[in-house]
Amino acid sequence: MSHLLEVQDLEVKFALRFGDITAIDGVSFVLDKGEKLGLVGESGAGKSVTGFSIINLISKPGYISKGKIFFKGNEISSYSDEKMRKIRGNRISMIFQDPMMTLNPVFTIGFQMVETLQAHRKISKADARDIALEKLKKVHIPSPAQRLSQYPHELSGGMRQRIIIAISLLTEPAIIIADEPTTALDVTIQAEIMDLLQELCESDNMALILITHDLGVVSQVTEKIAVMYAGKIIEYGSTDQVVKNPIHPYTEGLIKSIPGTVIKPGEDLVQIPGMMPTLTNIPPGCAFNPRCYLKEAICTTKTPELKDAGNGILAACHLK
Amino acid sequence: MNEENTILSIKNVVKHFDISGGFLDQLRFKNGRIVLEKITVKAVNDVSLFVKKGETLSVVGESGCGKSTLARVVLGLYPPDSGEIHYGGTRIDNLSHEQMLPFRKKIQMIFQDPYASLNPRKTVQQTLEEPLRFHHPELSSNKINDKIDQVMEQVGVDQAWIKRYPHEFSGGQRQRISIARGLILDPEFIVADEPVSALDVSIQAQILNLLMKAGRERDLTYLFITHDLSVVRHISTRVAVMYLGTLCELAKAEDLFANPCHPYTKALLSAIPVVGEKRAKQIKLKGEVPTPVNLPTGCVFHARCVYANERCINQVPALLTQDNGTCVACHAVEENRVIS
Amino acid sequence: MTKLQKFKESYFLYSFKHDKVAITSFIILITLLILAITAPWIAPMDPYDADNIDIMNSEIPPMWSEKGDSSFPLGTDNMGRDMLSTMLYGLRTSIIIAGCAVLLQAGLGVFVGLTAGYFGGKIDAILMRLADIQFSFPYLMVAIFIGAIFHVVFGVGSYERLAVPLLIVIIGFAEWPMYARTIRASVIGEVNKEYVEAARVIGLSRLTIMIRHVLPNSLTSVMVISTIQVANAVMSEAALSFLGMGMPVTKPSLGSLIQAGFEFIFSGSWWITVFPGLWLVLFVLVINLLGDWVRDVLNPKLYKG
Repeated sequence: MSHLLEVQDLEVKFALRFGDITAIDGVSFVLDKGEKLGLVGESGAGKSVTGFSIINLISKPGYISKGKIFFKGNEISSYSDEKMRKIRGNRISMIFQDPMMTLNPVFTIGFQMVETLQAHRKISKADARDIALEKLKKVHIPSPAQRLSQYPHELSGGMRQRIIIAISLLTEPAIIIADEPTTALDVTIQAEIMDLLQELCESDNMALILITHDLGVVSQVTEKIAVMYAGKIIEYGSTDQVVKNPIHPYTEGLIKSIPGTVIKPGEDLVQIPGMMPTLTNIPPGCAFNPRCYLKEAICTTKTPELKDAGNGILAACHLK
Repeated sequence: MNEENTILSIKNVVKHFDISGGFLDQLRFKNGRIVLEKITVKAVNDVSLFVKKGETLSVVGESGCGKSTLARVVLGLYPPDSGEIHYGGTRIDNLSHEQMLPFRKKIQMIFQDPYASLNPRKTVQQTLEEPLRFHHPELSSNKINDKIDQVMEQVGVDQAWIKRYPHEFSGGQRQRISIARGLILDPEFIVADEPVSALDVSIQAQILNLLMKAGRERDLTYLFITHDLSVVRHISTRVAVMYLGTLCELAKAEDLFANPCHPYTKALLSAIPVVGEKRAKQIKLKGEVPTPVNLPTGCVFHARCVYANERCINQVPALLTQDNGTCVACHAVEENRVIS
Repeated sequence: MTKLQKFKESYFLYSFKHDKVAITSFIILITLLILAITAPWIAPMDPYDADNIDIMNSEIPPMWSEKGDSSFPLGTDNMGRDMLSTMLYGLRTSIIIAGCAVLLQAGLGVFVGLTAGYFGGKIDAILMRLADIQFSFPYLMVAIFIGAIFHVVFGVGSYERLAVPLLIVIIGFAEWPMYARTIRASVIGEVNKEYVEAARVIGLSRLTIMIRHVLPNSLTSVMVISTIQVANAVMSEAALSFLGMGMPVTKPSLGSLIQAGFEFIFSGSWWITVFPGLWLVLFVLVINLLGDWVRDVLNPKLYKG
């Protein structure tokens, strides 16, 4: 049986004035029904671009230059814009960091939910409202009927994010792509939203792609993890294994640099020297080599491929 | 609650902001009459704490809890509505601009957003020499350059980049420059307002290490404002937890994380995601954070607290010191109603 | 890296090189400016000197028409002045008036806007209401008022001598709120940034912060609106002159030239009006085109027009 979502050797380029730069370079992963995948990386690693390119929402000057994306066995990367619209927001939904990116401030919540449903299905207004109400209940919004007639600005940040989740659930999608869904929220609310996403995936057998920079969040919610660095996946495997026994020196450094993981309070944190290269300036060989404590001659000449590193982990490192 | 070695003490500080706008915006029509109504954000309400020399006191809380306002009140950027700020025994909140200058050298600040905290039209050199030239007009250019070189080296920015503008640097490097500006006057006390929250994880570690190193080498005292509890646990000597402009708990860092007392602190700690650990059952809070415009009566946390009773709704809890030195403002803790 | 190198690699230069309209406008503008500045040396005759003017030469058509005279390439006006020379001198006068008026506008506007934006509160309210009041006066009314005061104070006789400063004051006063508003908006945006707080933490005085930190960061918007304002000022000057409240016919600006020729357009002497008119349109057009480009490059959000 084919996978629910399969991304094969995806390459995304941005056409800039001094030539094309590669934002995503040969990313491949698969996602099965009900599976939760974490895409982790620092800003500029290409994790959001990956998310956007799955639903073909990369804005100009970006374009998919290579690779294929299959959804339920169909190659959606070759779909026309019109055909894609039937998938996007319907079978695959997306949640953004800033809820106000999705919510229109001049319409009520109810109006926006009904509109979303009617865009994808032939359905009467009353029926659409019933479904909207049901979804609002599902995301545990207090007094849901009342919310339908409220405007986005009348709600708090956490509540808005719940509404967004409810909207993304309207069409009963098979996959939700959540791009930093809780970064703008406080910890207590972040935890609630994460619990909610997890619960929904389990109850509806929905797949989740969680794009975030927060390894803590990923390790609690997802089963699989893909760590990205400079446009490539450098480590890919089960979350438990990767977090406990990271193979790639970058993943290792990233985990150890978080206060409270391995270092006692007050002591110096393990730090990765330097910073991630900008996309215009990626070093030859392994992109991580200038910051790597294991670096050897081969790292500066040959780009490592993702290969089996045991424990079900794939890692792109010559030395492991 | 003064103690030995207190370098900064904040006494009953209150800071409200009037956001009602001009005269016309304040007009309201109520019960058939036109009335003037002011809307105030009650950012900080009667907060008292002290900072001991050489320690790192962290103030944590969620957005809107007044922690950044408190930092700015300490620095005199906002005058407090009432209450006092004492630094090294001198009251500083009522000083004139000129009287404040000697304290400006001693108290410096590091800001959250490295993209906004450096003037985009000034080179690194100009940014760093400005405080020196202002406070030490007698210094020669050579001395100033030496000082800049020395601080740049300490924060790990290449001296060759001194003629560059902020936009040529990455976020982490900018934060280093911002720290260099904070250190260049050789201050004793640094207020750091979320200095790492705008940075990537691997850069965060670099900056935290830098701050801790500078603290050790220069014997600095930090007032550290942040919402990130794992950072707090790592760097703090003591921690103050704020909720809606009020201090709820003040304790030694290890005590607070091992044994949180206040129900809000408990909920906050249970929500931190820890790498590699499936989360223990999070303590769910009921309802929403009230706005600081309409503060709840009594304990500001009562509407969300599982232990709340009649007394919590009516009476504001005082900050009481426990046996182990932890200070908690909670009726339930006082009455031993909290099950740990 | 030197300043020159930086400039060579900048986005500013890059976008300029890739914008044909900007390049063309820039070349025309520079040519016009050079022509205007060097008018006393390159113009065939000095139209201000009564000795050069022969009334017998009046209303000679351009040289390519039948009755043309090759010593007057664009013909002559009703007073017998060479059109080409008069236009070069006229452009010069227009540019001087517009340039100085914009400097005056900018000076006043930046001062008021900076004060209002930085101090806020009552000062802000008073200054901005003042700007609103100023803006609700049509500049023609301002022109009539100030013109009248000038006439009373200095007498009608000295008008010719004082016309240039008078026009500068009128146009300068009419449009300063434009600058005041723009600067205020940008100052309010800057004042809340952390680098201003950082300067306060250092202990700098308000005045120092305002001049050394806030002002330089607000000046981009001044640059953007200045191009538009120069074009507007040239137009205002021309309009005032056309209505007879501007430069006298003896020392014509482009506007007074058009006005002078207007009386003769129906008697067939179209060139007296049309050439200065085209001259004015060309000048204003290239400024506006260049201004559009500058606005796009520097910051598209700042200017609302």
